[in-house]
Amino acid sequence: MDKWQDNRAWFMVLPVFAIVAISAIIPLMTVVNYSVQDIFGPGQRVFVGTEWFKEVLTNSRLHDAFIRQLIFSTLVLVIEIPLGVLVALALPKRGWGVPVSLVLLALPLLIPWNVIGTIWIIFTRPDIGLFGAAINGLGISFDHTANPLDAWVTVMLMEVWHWTPLVVLLAYAGLRAIPEAYFQAARIDGASAWATFRYIQLPKMRGVLTIAVLLRFMDSFLIYAEPFVLTGGGPGNATTFLSIHLVKMAVGQFDLGPAAAFSLIYFLIVLLFSWLFYQALQNVGTGDKGGGR
Amino acid sequence: MRIADGYGVRLVAAMSLKLEAVTKRVGPEIHLQDIDLDIAPGSLTVLLGPTLAGKTSLMRLMAGLDRPTAGRVLVDGADVTGQSVKRRDVAMVYQQFINYPSFTVYENIASPLRRAGLGRDEIDRRVRSVAELLHIEGLLDRLPAALSGGQQQRTALARGLVKEAGLLLLDEPLVNLDYKLREELREELLSIFAERKSIVVYATTEPLEALMLGGNVVVLDEGRILQQGSTIDVYTRPASIRIGGIFSDPPINLIGGSVEQNRLVLGDVVVGPRTAHLGNVAVGQYSFGVRSNALYVNRRSDADMEIRGIVELSEISGSETFVHVAHNGVSWVAQEEGIHSFALGDSIDIYLDPAALFVFDWRGGLVAAPGRTTA
Amino acid sequence: MARIHLDGIAHSYSPSPESDPDWALKALDQVWEHGGAYALLGPSGCGKTTLLNVISGLVTPTQGRVLFDETDVTGLATEQRNIAQVFQFPVIYDTMTVAENLAFPLRNRSVDEGTVKTRVAEVAELLDLSGDLNKRARRLTADAKQKISLGRGLVRSDVAAILFDEPLTVIDPHLKWQLRRKLKQIHERFKLTLVYVTHDQNEALTFADRVAVMQGGRILQVGTPQELFEAPVHRYVGFFIGSPGMNFLPCALDGGDAVVQGQRVPLGPDVLAAAAKRPAQAYELGVRPEFITLDGETGPRLDISVGKVEDLGNFKIVTASVGEHRLKIKAPEHQSVAPDIAAVRLRPDMVRLYADGELVG
Repeated sequence: MDKWQDNRAWFMVLPVFAIVAISAIIPLMTVVNYSVQDIFGPGQRVFVGTEWFKEVLTNSRLHDAFIRQLIFSTLVLVIEIPLGVLVALALPKRGWGVPVSLVLLALPLLIPWNVIGTIWIIFTRPDIGLFGAAINGLGISFDHTANPLDAWVTVMLMEVWHWTPLVVLLAYAGLRAIPEAYFQAARIDGASAWATFRYIQLPKMRGVLTIAVLLRFMDSFLIYAEPFVLTGGGPGNATTFLSIHLVKMAVGQFDLGPAAAFSLIYFLIVLLFSWLFYQALQNVGTGDKGGGR
Repeated sequence: MRIADGYGVRLVAAMSLKLEAVTKRVGPEIHLQDIDLDIAPGSLTVLLGPTLAGKTSLMRLMAGLDRPTAGRVLVDGADVTGQSVKRRDVAMVYQQFINYPSFTVYENIASPLRRAGLGRDEIDRRVRSVAELLHIEGLLDRLPAALSGGQQQRTALARGLVKEAGLLLLDEPLVNLDYKLREELREELLSIFAERKSIVVYATTEPLEALMLGGNVVVLDEGRILQQGSTIDVYTRPASIRIGGIFSDPPINLIGGSVEQNRLVLGDVVVGPRTAHLGNVAVGQYSFGVRSNALYVNRRSDADMEIRGIVELSEISGSETFVHVAHNGVSWVAQEEGIHSFALGDSIDIYLDPAALFVFDWRGGLVAAPGRTTA
Repeated sequence: MARIHLDGIAHSYSPSPESDPDWALKALDQVWEHGGAYALLGPSGCGKTTLLNVISGLVTPTQGRVLFDETDVTGLATEQRNIAQVFQFPVIYDTMTVAENLAFPLRNRSVDEGTVKTRVAEVAELLDLSGDLNKRARRLTADAKQKISLGRGLVRSDVAAILFDEPLTVIDPHLKWQLRRKLKQIHERFKLTLVYVTHDQNEALTFADRVAVMQGGRILQVGTPQELFEAPVHRYVGFFIGSPGMNFLPCALDGGDAVVQGQRVPLGPDVLAAAAKRPAQAYELGVRPEFITLDGETGPRLDISVGKVEDLGNFKIVTASVGEHRLKIKAPEHQSVAPDIAAVRLRPDMVRLYADGELVG
């Protein structure tokens, strides 16, 4: 639906411009500035061109972190999206169960991210943690501070626990918006549960699932607080994802130039992947955009 | 004439509305093209056209919800093209029942008046009087969700009417209501409009509804105005085949043929006398149109033309029978008073009075229409 | 194909219905013959959709049985009943082509591909969809989508009945004629049992062989369009069928006449005999606007005064008054209506007497 056009409206946008400029554009330009200079101290700087970019792009530790990050985000999408849809399908459709399950699902989303890390540290401790102690009690050695695989399992479990509810809520909203007549028609056409899902529910959820995939990809690609609190990126570099690596570089080693160059590359990667996902999901087939003229 | 404040509560409403060469494009799509309209104060205008003809687009321009790509909108002679809806003196009712879900019926109806800053007593008086007009005075404390569809739309109509806006726009307001309820509400609305000084613009796809509303009609198709004039005049003299089609229900029956010196020929075989209303029509090839109610299954006079066809279908509406007859690959619909039964596939003769024929030229323009006595 | 027998059906959405208003459907018995076209007609909330859902199996009735032919299907789910349904808003499978949509019910039932192809081609031909078979269904217009919905019912050879829930709601007036013609042709050709739910009397009457008029969970009358038009058994049917509906004039009985505002309308001996057997609080004369003439010479006469005259193109509607009562008259297109007309004539065989809202004769 097109809106009223009035050029004065641009003035209304000015405050937003100002805020965006201060909060995003200026810092971003600072980062661009850092990425092409070598800074020794106040007033002591040398223009180095693309040198930092070259260094960053050829850095093998960063390559490792990038691959780790890709595996992590892929796992997140592969687990959380289908799991979220499954849970949404299983949720009650009416009655008192609806508010109860929705509130329960929303709980993990309300907890501050570093608290989540802390919760899981305690939960998975092999000596006193409910989960860690139980697993060890079964005779399976489990210690996320020592074993890389255990650390990955813990981080994935935490991530899935934390964010799958978001996918569930989105998918549930999508499912509830499908008119009852579609399900009646499917029953009359003798469609199996799978066919109903495949030809009615899934196509009708396309919009919300696009949003879910984008959100989960971007968020997981930028993940920092939870693994940082839980494992600190270890053991070794086993759970050092891109942003943890970046912080180690910028804060730990004070390599501002390479860190800035890396930030820009990071930003572009997220942008690129998001765009690719968006395009791919749009082309799956579009829903009807009704409405008269 | 005076506008009480900036929010469009008019104490003396007698607005005039004029659209000059208005065009609306959205991207590459043309929604409206070169619309010229002059609506007199206090008149009722029916926008008639099929779905996507541009009826809603035109109303949105009139309301000030959209700005035209080109052209001007004049209210009382003043250019309001760039003015937003808030500053205009309009009310609009949609085909969906749109009310504030958390407001009672009373608050829903009162909302335009509250925005206009009227006094409490004045608001109360107006809300109760309009609620009474629409027979919802007993429902004022209810929430919209507790109402039937008809009651919800009555509430929306009351909200549109309470402001006594100079321009009242109704976009297929009855289409989602039960048939019988539509009949009742349409009649009530007509008597309400008659007492108001507002300009009323009413969009519909149905020819019969347009005729019931009367007033003036603007026939829209694909974003253009095809014809405008008094509703009954446009009905009796549609300027083109397309207009005849839009303004006939059942659809107008069409057949090619020719006017000769002393007779006329429909299709290849049906021959009839050249009647008086064809007196000025030049000899040549034409398209002929005839409405269903001018086709009969019994011969009524010697001048009647006889069309032989096969019964495709017969529908009985209680008082009338619609016989669908296939003749030379064309489906004709004859509307006959009374109950008649016909076996499908039977051969049948239907009759038409040549004086009831519309004649269109090769471009589809009207050449001659049947004469008509008016009430 | 099947005969549908509704045996003592009643339904309440409340788990423990007590009073009359708790019942969305009040006890009804109906037998609908195999191959008939039936319409359920009534205003919103009259129970017509509930009844349709009872037939389709979406609602299990609180009481009574549903029989298809001699089989009790009351306990069977929708998919086991061999019915097809067309909904108010087109239901199509967005991601499929038209052909895939039509094939869907067959593929779900594991029909072999050869048969699927033939059936889909036949049905597409029948519905004029052959040219669109490879298009995506969601790109089509509303009327084509409704044809696809119908087609998904027609492809199945085992369909006992096709149910329609206000299927023409979203269709433009012109296309309604075409779609309805198509529907009737298919009905004539295949003799399917059709049940059509609508609030629109024109659709119901033109579509169905027999129409059930419903109000408040009851079926008031089942009859042919002609029966409903000429002899509505209940005041409400008279009002609901016809546009405008039947005129009702309160009257008193005196001797062999009905007296309306001091004017005498003679009644037939049968009517009088029936009235004598049925004492009532209030009597009314019912006359359709179609059966009142402005220029007639015979038949009972009523003095009137002419109010509004509406020219509706094909006909005129005259609103007149008989004393304090309103009378609507339908006049032909070419009749001129003088404002000083003082009397009308009623068609004697079409004057009905109602006692407390029910037809006497």
